[in-house]
Amino acid sequence: MAEAAKTPRQIWMSVLARASAAELHLHLQDAPQLPDFRTLRGPEAGLVMVRGRAGGGGAAFNLGEMSVTRCTVRDAEGRIGHAYVSGRDAAQAELAARIDAALQNPDRHDALQDAVIAPLAEAQSAARQLIQRKAAATRVQFFTLATMRSDS
Amino acid sequence: MAYVAVKGGERAIDNAHRWLAEERRGNPEVADISTAQIAEQLGRAVDRVMAEGSLYDPSLAALAVKQAQGDLIEAAFLVRAYRTTLPRFAAAEPVDTAEMTIKRRISAVFKDMPGGQLLGPTYDYTHRLLDFALEAGFTPPAPAEIPAEPEAMPRIHDILGGEGLMEQDAPSDAEPFDITRAPMQFPAGRDARLQSLARGDEGFLLAMGYSTQRGWGGSHPFVGEIRVGSASVDIVPPELGFAIDIGDVELTECQMVNQFAGSKTQPPQFTRGYGLVFGHSERKSMAMALVDRALRAAELGEEVKAPAQMQEFVIYHCDNIEATGFVEHLKLPHYVDFQSELETIRRMRADAEREMMQQAAQ
Repeated sequence: MAEAAKTPRQIWMSVLARASAAELHLHLQDAPQLPDFRTLRGPEAGLVMVRGRAGGGGAAFNLGEMSVTRCTVRDAEGRIGHAYVSGRDAAQAELAARIDAALQNPDRHDALQDAVIAPLAEAQSAARQLIQRKAAATRVQFFTLATMRSDS
Repeated sequence: MAYVAVKGGERAIDNAHRWLAEERRGNPEVADISTAQIAEQLGRAVDRVMAEGSLYDPSLAALAVKQAQGDLIEAAFLVRAYRTTLPRFAAAEPVDTAEMTIKRRISAVFKDMPGGQLLGPTYDYTHRLLDFALEAGFTPPAPAEIPAEPEAMPRIHDILGGEGLMEQDAPSDAEPFDITRAPMQFPAGRDARLQSLARGDEGFLLAMGYSTQRGWGGSHPFVGEIRVGSASVDIVPPELGFAIDIGDVELTECQMVNQFAGSKTQPPQFTRGYGLVFGHSERKSMAMALVDRALRAAELGEEVKAPAQMQEFVIYHCDNIEATGFVEHLKLPHYVDFQSELETIRRMRADAEREMMQQAAQ
């Protein structure tokens, strides 16, 4: 999914999916406490079938599964939050669902966005850029050797 | 063939497994290895277990490697068994490998590819000399970095496609066949074949791919492109109704470019074999691409004569879990089978001896 085409909720869900429970706890310390909640589903572990396309752009095929944990919560303010996160971290999925619910509340959105989503998004982007800089350092700079024969 | 329940081995089995646990742990004076160490420091082993176990989860694969004492086929078996205990929540949207965060990307056919040739963390060009510094415990220097602007990395057929010289992908939204849900049927579609090859044994596919290079169904391959990196996985949960990104998977993709003489309906052009594998696994992705192309022989009007071109041969034998099951089942008690074989042989020998005596008497 192209970053530019994402809605704000799609962006924060993708950030939460890549943050460990420890990272979420750490950043939540800088935000008002999350509302009480009740889990409607999970957190539960399961699988998602990852797909590719033949040749990269042709018909889809099933590549193999990945482990995923999902959770749905309803918070005390009546908002429903969902999370589907790669891996098997139940605490991450539950926190991600609670944060997803709270971010939908306009009274809570900005504080959570600033304390949790923005710094995590920045760290995730920095990690990607680091890979790009390391890769750039291994870029081959071709030059051609002109061979000359001296016996002409 | 019949199996007979044999009782009486329970204590022996329990004690054998206790001993196995001790042996797995090794010398207790040597530190226990953590699964995090395996995931971080034996990444290629973990990648192979994820690919052949057909489940992307580095920490689970690391546990499997530890439990199997580094026997990677046994580890893949453990992972396959684990996956059967979990429900499938969804099938993802096909990953877009053109949008991967790329660590490595090379082409053997175009020197000046748009986006460049990025060697990434590679064993290529190493001298294959054992590095005793690693034995002593060695902290490597930080990798070099060069400021990089995000640059488009078009695929090989997007570069050559304009002239019609290279086969293009035929996009389709058809629901792919799933070999984990339906029995394999032949001739198998390319979707079912690619799924089988993606989790097939690296050694088997390597040998099959190699056989095509040595003339057993050859189609003169070039590495159009290999790219290694991470791609985001999107699903559309019904309760949300829109796509969400659930995380990244590391992938290796190989586009193999092959000669094709053309057919009645198609002019001569390059065709492609495709490899896509979980983790960083260039050898596997290249072998997969060679075999994918070989298995397209019938579709492209080529004569099917070499093992690598034979769908049933390749697909039925590439799965190392199934192969292990059938080969290793020979260890299980066959006492009754063997007893009956023994009696048959004795009877045949007695008959033969009687005949020889009769002939001698005449």
